[in-house]
Amino acid sequence: MAKNMKTENPAPADKRSVLLRGNAKEFYEWCRKRELRFQRCQDCGVWRHPPRPMCGSCHSMRREWAPTLGKGKVYCWTVVHQALDPAFANEVPYAAAIVELDEGPRLATWITGLPPDRLTVGMPVEVWFDDLDDQVALPKFRPLIE
Amino acid sequence: MPALADLRDKTCIVGIGETAYTRGTNKSALELSLEASLAAIEDAGIKPEAIDTVILPGGAGGGGTAGDFIANLGLQDLHYTTSLQEMGGAMCVAALECAATALASGIASYALIPLCCRFYSGRKARQLNSDPGTGLQSAETIRDYYAPFGVGAPPQHYAWMAQRYMQLYGTTHEQLGAIAIAMRKHAQLHPNAVMRGKPMDLADYLASRWVSYPYRLLDCCLETDGAGALLVTTTERARDLRRKPVYVTGIASGHPFPPHDLPNRPDILKMGLDFCAPRAFAMAGMKPSDMDFAEIYDCFTGQAMLQIEAAGFCKRGEGGAFVEGGRIELGGELPINTHGGLLSQAHNSGMNHLVEAVVQLRGEAGARQVNEAELGLVTGWGGHGHGSVAVLRR
Repeated sequence: MAKNMKTENPAPADKRSVLLRGNAKEFYEWCRKRELRFQRCQDCGVWRHPPRPMCGSCHSMRREWAPTLGKGKVYCWTVVHQALDPAFANEVPYAAAIVELDEGPRLATWITGLPPDRLTVGMPVEVWFDDLDDQVALPKFRPLIE
Repeated sequence: MPALADLRDKTCIVGIGETAYTRGTNKSALELSLEASLAAIEDAGIKPEAIDTVILPGGAGGGGTAGDFIANLGLQDLHYTTSLQEMGGAMCVAALECAATALASGIASYALIPLCCRFYSGRKARQLNSDPGTGLQSAETIRDYYAPFGVGAPPQHYAWMAQRYMQLYGTTHEQLGAIAIAMRKHAQLHPNAVMRGKPMDLADYLASRWVSYPYRLLDCCLETDGAGALLVTTTERARDLRRKPVYVTGIASGHPFPPHDLPNRPDILKMGLDFCAPRAFAMAGMKPSDMDFAEIYDCFTGQAMLQIEAAGFCKRGEGGAFVEGGRIELGGELPINTHGGLLSQAHNSGMNHLVEAVVQLRGEAGARQVNEAELGLVTGWGGHGHGSVAVLRR
């Protein structure tokens, strides 16, 4: 079992609470409901992340939280060996990546379930949700087995 | 529309000042900024009260507010001030652009640009960059979407760019190391470099611990204390001052799209510098190969390599080969970061890069002088890839 499959709480409570307000609130509320959704323009259909009020393509402010299937590919990755944030001191080494969803938007996440030396750009992955507590779940990804 | 060449050679850097760069200080950021400012004012040979413009690269967090400089320097009638903290490490060259614009328009006569970074004794960059209270535009994104995954610190999320770049173009760790080694060699020749007396070779580089793959400790900039300042005026006024003027020949800043977020750019490797470097060279009427040296914002080796390409010294993907074989070392084809850079001199957010370019163009760099240096390039990078660039000439 890869070391980075841990599911203990990596972030202290004061840092988690910030995810439940402001711009991040809706994104993480959908995660808690086991859905990976992103903002999408209701007029021209362009996805955007992080959320913001106006579509940079057509300038519409009509927007929705549109669902994705949670499948995508690794766009790039790093393996963190020095935590820098003390909350992650017991988690190293961990694989933090950018994943590109099949629908288009990308996000920062973890790749779990394989040794870091097997990570590669373009690897197919699927989302799973890591419950930090009963309030916050983080979207993480593991290799897609078809 | 005025032509882009309108700012060419209209303004000059006429004074530079720096404190000692250290790891540890008892002085406040404002004290350090004032010390550097007085040195720049004295270097220019003007009276402090001649200053009517203060451009603050880092805003209040960069060593003082406009009010602080008004009160401490006794500036009775300040005409113009602004700050650029949203630009992160691109702030200093962008501040020079603001000063040049205000001076060329006639609003300003003498502009002071002070910056202090207390990254050793004060809050570290990795603490500041996820705090929206600093004015950093990228901070909310880092706090809400990167920090929950333990990639809130710059070497962690900037490592994403380096990893993708290296896999796409086959760049080697030894090629990243060539940048770190060149900076360290240059620092041995600078009396005010934190890493002076601490030489490093490829074996040292490869043996240094991983921070966030592909970055090792020696791919990462220093955390230091210190301040620097520039005094800028119009070319007409510069002619009457005591120091040899250094002309702002081309200057521009640019922004990645969208700037909020690294992941959601169509191409994560396309930065603000890709947009603004062609504009700065067009303003100067010059091309990259005309430069005698370059001071490149080297927060990390990979970001320096990307900027060498974006500035136009080589094509995308050729940076690894470009930095090999001593080409970027003193005596090479294009000496880069002749002072040691952020990697081996100090981290003053690129103010030290501008100061070094002026020293080189004055011909006062001593053992690290680039032979017959007439033209130099200075870049800035920060806040997820905002960019700025100056072509300076003697």
